[in-house]
Amino acid sequence: MAETKRVIVKVKRQAAPKEPSRWEEFSLNWRPSMNVIICLRDIAENPVTRDGKKTTPITYDSNCLEEICGSCAMLINGKARMACSALVDQLDQPIRIEPLTKFPLVRDLAVDRQFMFESLKRVKAWIPIDGTYHLGEGPRVSPEVQEKGYPLSNCITCGNCLEVCPQVNEHNQFVGAAIISQVRLFNMHPTGAMNKSERLQALMGPGGVQECANAQNCVHACPKGIPLTESIAEVNRDAWKQALLGWLLG
Amino acid sequence: MRQPKIIVVGGGLAGLMATIRAAESGIPVELFSIVPVKRSHSVCAQGGINAAKNQKGEGDTTDKHFDDTIYGGDFLANQPLVKRMCEAAPGIIDLLDRMGVMFNRTPEGLLDYRRFGGTLYHRTAFAGATTGQQLLYALDEQVRRHEAEGRVKKFEGWTFLSAVIDGGGVGRGVCAMDLRTMELKTFPADAAIFATGGIGAIFGRSTNSVVCTGSAQSALFQQGVDYANGEFIQVHPTAIPGEDKLRLMSESARGEGGRVWVPRNPAEKRRPKDIPQSDRFYFLEEWYPKYGNLVPRDIATRAIHRIVYQEKLGVDGQAAVYLDVTEIPRETLNRKLEGILEIYEKFLGVDPREEPMKVFPGMHYTMGGIWVNGEDQATAVPGIYAAGECEYQYHGANRLGANSLVSCIFGGGLAGSAAVKFAKSLEKGAEAAPASVFEAERKRQEEKNRKLLTQDGSENPITIWRELGDLMTEHVTVTRVNKNLQAADAKILALQERYKKINLSDRTKWSNQTLNFALELENMLILARVITLGALARNESRGAHYKPEFPDRDDANWLKTTRAKWVNNDIQLTYEPVDISLIKPRARRYDAVK
Repeated sequence: MAETKRVIVKVKRQAAPKEPSRWEEFSLNWRPSMNVIICLRDIAENPVTRDGKKTTPITYDSNCLEEICGSCAMLINGKARMACSALVDQLDQPIRIEPLTKFPLVRDLAVDRQFMFESLKRVKAWIPIDGTYHLGEGPRVSPEVQEKGYPLSNCITCGNCLEVCPQVNEHNQFVGAAIISQVRLFNMHPTGAMNKSERLQALMGPGGVQECANAQNCVHACPKGIPLTESIAEVNRDAWKQALLGWLLG
Repeated sequence: MRQPKIIVVGGGLAGLMATIRAAESGIPVELFSIVPVKRSHSVCAQGGINAAKNQKGEGDTTDKHFDDTIYGGDFLANQPLVKRMCEAAPGIIDLLDRMGVMFNRTPEGLLDYRRFGGTLYHRTAFAGATTGQQLLYALDEQVRRHEAEGRVKKFEGWTFLSAVIDGGGVGRGVCAMDLRTMELKTFPADAAIFATGGIGAIFGRSTNSVVCTGSAQSALFQQGVDYANGEFIQVHPTAIPGEDKLRLMSESARGEGGRVWVPRNPAEKRRPKDIPQSDRFYFLEEWYPKYGNLVPRDIATRAIHRIVYQEKLGVDGQAAVYLDVTEIPRETLNRKLEGILEIYEKFLGVDPREEPMKVFPGMHYTMGGIWVNGEDQATAVPGIYAAGECEYQYHGANRLGANSLVSCIFGGGLAGSAAVKFAKSLEKGAEAAPASVFEAERKRQEEKNRKLLTQDGSENPITIWRELGDLMTEHVTVTRVNKNLQAADAKILALQERYKKINLSDRTKWSNQTLNFALELENMLILARVITLGALARNESRGAHYKPEFPDRDDANWLKTTRAKWVNNDIQLTYEPVDISLIKPRARRYDAVK
């Protein structure tokens, strides 16, 4: 009988934020089209390590499993990416799975990305509508603007762009590329543009757009292919313009 | 003066719309969600949202939208509220447009519309092929604004366990669990709105997200919130099979000109591109000349099953047919369908612009759900409202594509307004309910958790869940046979027995996902029985519910709503008439002229 093909997975475990971390290794049954989520589910159904020790299922975030909800970002073989679209056959083994490092750890592979949602509040990433009652149609938008705006609006707030950014560290509150790109999106919309200066203002000062050191890692890590560096350049330009204008007008 | 408070459970489209409506009226809202609301399952909706704006000059009207919806649903929906939804749809599009949704545009800067299943009009507004994501983000942004301004408090990472219902049978709040600390708490509210989405996990693998377990609906059902038309389950014709989930390939692929076919010769060895037109069987176009590839989902799904299982014409002898968009210009594909084509490319490593996709039907949506009245989304328990996929009101026996997003936003808004009105009308609010009511509910849930965390047994919850999913998919989806349904119910009962002996491999009290899953599984098993028993009883074929033993619709006996009740810890099926006051039922024939 031919031996069944195995998948070797190493997972970084940590029971709680203040507990020490450790590695556990698992040996799983290979199947076609296997992804990292399937590996984690296999472990949950039979939580036994490669050397036969009983352990607990791995805590991790996941939801849509088609790379559109942004939940399952983690480090896979050292790379920040979504676990659902990480196909086993395309990964070197043993597959090393770790939590993102730039966000507070919850348990095992689950981290707390609330910082990003708070940042969206900081920059007022919304169109301030008067109300939900009937006020007629929205403004006309040219196909050119839509074709620029739609890709920006695909941001799934996964946090991979923050993970890979050297400027996101314990000494710095840099909001990161995703948030800056959202400012560009709202400032581009005809109604959103009315509050453009407010959003730019929110991106000046500590943690703002000037913290970007142009490493350009973000744009390569983005699973949605968002032109993040373009967004940062544009918002940076606008912020400078606004600052200069404020200074000139005293 | 008393300040009323409202709770919303679920942060998808319906929950967020309800939240906005309530917050806008000045009433504080507490919003509960398992995941950060921006990660809710609504992000997975792809193709678009229906509204009869008649922006292509085809003479479309809201009445035609109404008729298509009722006819598509095989006359099982109560008609008056569906009519109101169709009339409200154009205004909903305007609202979303004002919120900044990046809808696709015409050269004039107006919204573009595409075709979808079950209609002959261009009625579907869209943002690429990720419309649900774009709509959810728009509402998420509005809720974040209300949150920043202090009207909304979010409880993300909390799961709903049960409602708090007082001795008079009035809903007074909820009991929920913090998924990190595993702490249980009760929260009083004058009205609670449930927008807890789909139930895909009951079928193991589906197009739904991980959180779509139906656990909340089931918990409410066991507390006297009735459940209606559970047996109506939509199986989407075109999904990519996968072990972890079935990934949806939107109907919009066909709306933009995609065609479904199989080789005429089952032993065909040529690559699909090399097979000439004459050797291809475009079975939907042949069988349904008028609607072609855009017949409603139940029809397309049964046709694909027939091709694969009866005609034995599945591609390469497998359970698969081709969904072919290679005839559509690349530029159009990238502008209108990129989102879904990328999914196919990423997960299968094949470029669908070059090669036809291989797809097969997959469980997708529940038409059935929490029973609500035909007026304002109120459930059978005063103070408890429901909106979105978790309730049953809008889609009858089969939902038309792109009607779910509109029903979520319409129903959510209606529930928000109704809950505000109810909360304001109360002379004494939840604060007047005795503390013992809250205490008792918390204790009941704590006891369940304690038991699960301490009991020793031999069963694994994931194994039970896999078996449940397999048996529901096999017997309670596309083709239903009474003896199989009976056997399925017996098997679910056996699974419930085994559930009593589960052993949790994680007994810690911090971020314990195993415990949460076990709690959900108990509820899934009960809802699975509601679905199965409803299907077993309904001896006819209507919309998505198809029984070869009873192949025809039987209006004389079955033009009625199934209303399941929880009586003495068991499921009791009751029936009530359907409101057909506006459109007289007629035969549903997509192969002939409507």
